[in-house]
Amino acid sequence: MLNVKEMLEELKTSPYEEIEIVTPHTGEVHFVGLKAGDRVAGPGGKWGEKPGSTLATITREKNKKNICATQKGMVTDIVEDLEGKFVEAGVRLLTVRHFLSKDEVIARILKKALSLFCAPERAKYYFVPEVDGKIKAGGEQSVKTRDGMEMFIVSRMKRETPLSYSGPEGIIYAVYFQQGDNVDAGQPLIGVCQESQLTLIQDVVNRVQGEWEELD
Amino acid sequence: MDIDKRTRQLSARLAYIRDIFGPRENASSALLTHRLEEFLNRAPELGVLDLRREVDRLEELFALLEGKLEDELTPMDRVRIVRHPQRITLKDILENVYDNYAEIGGQDEWSVDPGMLIARATIARRMGRKTVHQPVMVIGQEKGHGQEFRNGGSIKPFGNANALYYMRVAETENIPIHTYVFTPGAYPIEDYPGAAQQIARNLFQMAGLKVPVVSVISEGGSGGAEAIALADKRLMLSHGYYSVISPEGAAAIEAGLKKKADRRLIERCAERLKITAKDNLALGLVDRVIQEPALGARPDNYEFFRTLRREVIRATDEVVHAAQGLGPLRALVLRHRGGVDPQDIFVRWSLSSSAREALLIRRREKFRAMSAHAFVDNRSLGTRLAVGLARGLWQVHSLLRHDIFARYKRRLSGRIEQWEAELRALGLGMGSLLGRENGGACHGVPPEALSRLTTLSCPEEGVCRVEDRWVYVSPKSREDRTVTCPNAATHGCQDLWAPDLYGEFAGVCAHCGHHFPMEYQWYLYNVFDFAHAYEFNAELEAGNPLGYEGFDLKLAEAKRATGLGSSCITFETRMEGVAVVVAVLVAPFRGGTVGAAEGEKLIRAIERARIKRLPFFMYSHGTAGIRIQEGTCGVIQMPRVTMAVRRYIDSGGLYLVIYDTNSYAGPVASFLGCSPYQFAVRSSNIGFAGPGVIRQTTGLEVPPGYHRAFLALSRGHIQGIWDRRDLKKNLHQALLTMGGRNLYYR
Repeated sequence: MLNVKEMLEELKTSPYEEIEIVTPHTGEVHFVGLKAGDRVAGPGGKWGEKPGSTLATITREKNKKNICATQKGMVTDIVEDLEGKFVEAGVRLLTVRHFLSKDEVIARILKKALSLFCAPERAKYYFVPEVDGKIKAGGEQSVKTRDGMEMFIVSRMKRETPLSYSGPEGIIYAVYFQQGDNVDAGQPLIGVCQESQLTLIQDVVNRVQGEWEELD
Repeated sequence: MDIDKRTRQLSARLAYIRDIFGPRENASSALLTHRLEEFLNRAPELGVLDLRREVDRLEELFALLEGKLEDELTPMDRVRIVRHPQRITLKDILENVYDNYAEIGGQDEWSVDPGMLIARATIARRMGRKTVHQPVMVIGQEKGHGQEFRNGGSIKPFGNANALYYMRVAETENIPIHTYVFTPGAYPIEDYPGAAQQIARNLFQMAGLKVPVVSVISEGGSGGAEAIALADKRLMLSHGYYSVISPEGAAAIEAGLKKKADRRLIERCAERLKITAKDNLALGLVDRVIQEPALGARPDNYEFFRTLRREVIRATDEVVHAAQGLGPLRALVLRHRGGVDPQDIFVRWSLSSSAREALLIRRREKFRAMSAHAFVDNRSLGTRLAVGLARGLWQVHSLLRHDIFARYKRRLSGRIEQWEAELRALGLGMGSLLGRENGGACHGVPPEALSRLTTLSCPEEGVCRVEDRWVYVSPKSREDRTVTCPNAATHGCQDLWAPDLYGEFAGVCAHCGHHFPMEYQWYLYNVFDFAHAYEFNAELEAGNPLGYEGFDLKLAEAKRATGLGSSCITFETRMEGVAVVVAVLVAPFRGGTVGAAEGEKLIRAIERARIKRLPFFMYSHGTAGIRIQEGTCGVIQMPRVTMAVRRYIDSGGLYLVIYDTNSYAGPVASFLGCSPYQFAVRSSNIGFAGPGVIRQTTGLEVPPGYHRAFLALSRGHIQGIWDRRDLKKNLHQALLTMGGRNLYYR
């Protein structure tokens, strides 16, 4: 059985993720004057269209490219010896310590604690009327799942076919799709948790919402 | 009570003066403030008679100083006047100028675009004792006195489409159209079919509207104004402005800033752009100026509305008179109007069918003559005479060959075809009788093409691809370096070696098909066979018609750097044996902007294509819009060139537009966008205003790729997207499949 409390404690002891920035290909590396401890920004803009802070540049065949931060965070470990040197692909240049936000912590916990049922193909998904009615009346957590239970209607090119749930028994903890919207193949449709763990998960999520300190 | 009301009015007048003159130090304004405050302080102690006397005096002082302030108005003050919430609006005009009206384009916020007001109105004319109610279609932007939902008169594409619909209704009903321009510019969102595309459609249709159109300009903001301002008579209010761009926009560009420019620079730009009614009258871009009261017309200036009514009636009468003529006595009175109220002379405004054609001819001539001296013509007198003579000869040739000879030939061949078909139906076969069948041999197919199509390929001799053999190779291919595709992160494209990319690959990413920008010469030589083309009108060069400060130097630098006289190259060439006229807008010359020289060159190229019955291709290597330094001399090219295009298409030609790199604003919203056949080279961007301008004017952020050709295709703006390497082939295909009836090679 999954120990979510232990998981949270573990996250609290190291509340960050370390992202190693490596060279995408061979080339001559130049850093841009960053020091350990400097803060860098991740991709910005409404659509993430603005690249993150430049961390270093790499030049190959007179083609200079910026290596940008993929997440916001703090620079921790710069391999300064590589300054001006020609390096191979995949060589670590520096590390960005990205501090986890509340949402990221909750997503990590749920990812481990929940069993996800994913869309088998790109289509529009609907709950069968029986399940839909239960959700509307009593919320998501009023639906108990079992293997082989007919749960979804898959609508593709106006052709509707039933889809059965397969996975562990439990109750629906979260619904990840909007009825009538297209869902890509592999995207989660629902997250299911064991009935006994429901209170525990809710408790942990509440604690994260209330207590988690965002360091960024 | 009366005193209170008059005092409040004086306070409002003072507030208005302060709004107009802004923070500028002004002695008259200070004096008025002082005197009004003094009066308000003393008022409680004064008796009724004294109060009345004091208010009379104050009103006189206000009138006097307003007259004095009128002389001090700068162009930017006039901009503030037309943007003021107390400025007259179209609804005020409908209430006070017309005798009756009914809104038909929606009501207030219940409209597809509340900024566009459309109404059926009537003007009563006296005919002795009889009163005749003459119907007109009134179309214009309504700013509303502070009504936020009107969007300040910035019209969205569907608002312009609505206006166009009712213009056509007016045409069907044969009633004149009065348009009132009250817009700072079009709303630059790319809703169906695109802001620029809709304005282009409006211009194209207005170029051929067969009813009198009179426009009155109060605030004429570039493309948004042109969407309804193509008219037979263009009147302008004395305190209005008509400009290529807002002074703030011009200042931002001038300063090279993304932020707002400072006040002084904005004032300077407003002066340089020559935006006032007086300037536009002097440039010949409006026909008359209607004088407003001191410091601009406001809704309670009833005398002004009477003047406006007289002027619009007079303008409509003149248009009708010019198209179909009036009786000799009325014509005499119209010519010598001294003191005669136009309402006293009756003129029926519906046109006969012959007058409708005459109206179009006059409209074309009117716009053709505009901005005639706004460019540099370096041709010698001899060249001009020779060109004029050649044009005349071509017209005669065209008349004989295409209008007379070809018509009879067509009739004859049509009859022969019919007889042959009849005989074939009898099973006799006219062809066999005439000996025209020779056992299945292919007629008209060149032997090389026949062998290429019918023999097997020979892989040992290399790949049988003809498109790799480029006549012109980009100088960028000489650099020994690699280039990264902008789609590398999403599509996983490998770096490309520049000699490969810009040489054999023709600037196309081998992995994802992204098109890197290429020089215009690449297209000239590889697509249009410029080496064997005949270039004409190269001597027409861009000038500085407004004497825009510092622009002569910039222009000289552009000419030196590119070796061109303007951003437009026009030439006649052959494509797969078919003669065509081509115009190219060149991006490196001042961003491919269009001014008077470019407009003139385009019109002459279109006329050449029309007279010689040739297809006309327009390749936009890139255009940033109208050249702002030429002010309204640039903007007027939008209707001017569109009218030439309309005439060309109506006469049966093929007008095809190809977009490349970035094409924005005025040209796309007029002569480029009005083509029924528009294609884009892959990876190009097409739109009305760039993301920065959209953010500044609307506060909206647009997603990346908002102006991509594929989105323009989805909106219905363009008809297809072509690979650069297939351009020549596709153009030839277009020659065979698209276009009107008058293409000689069919």
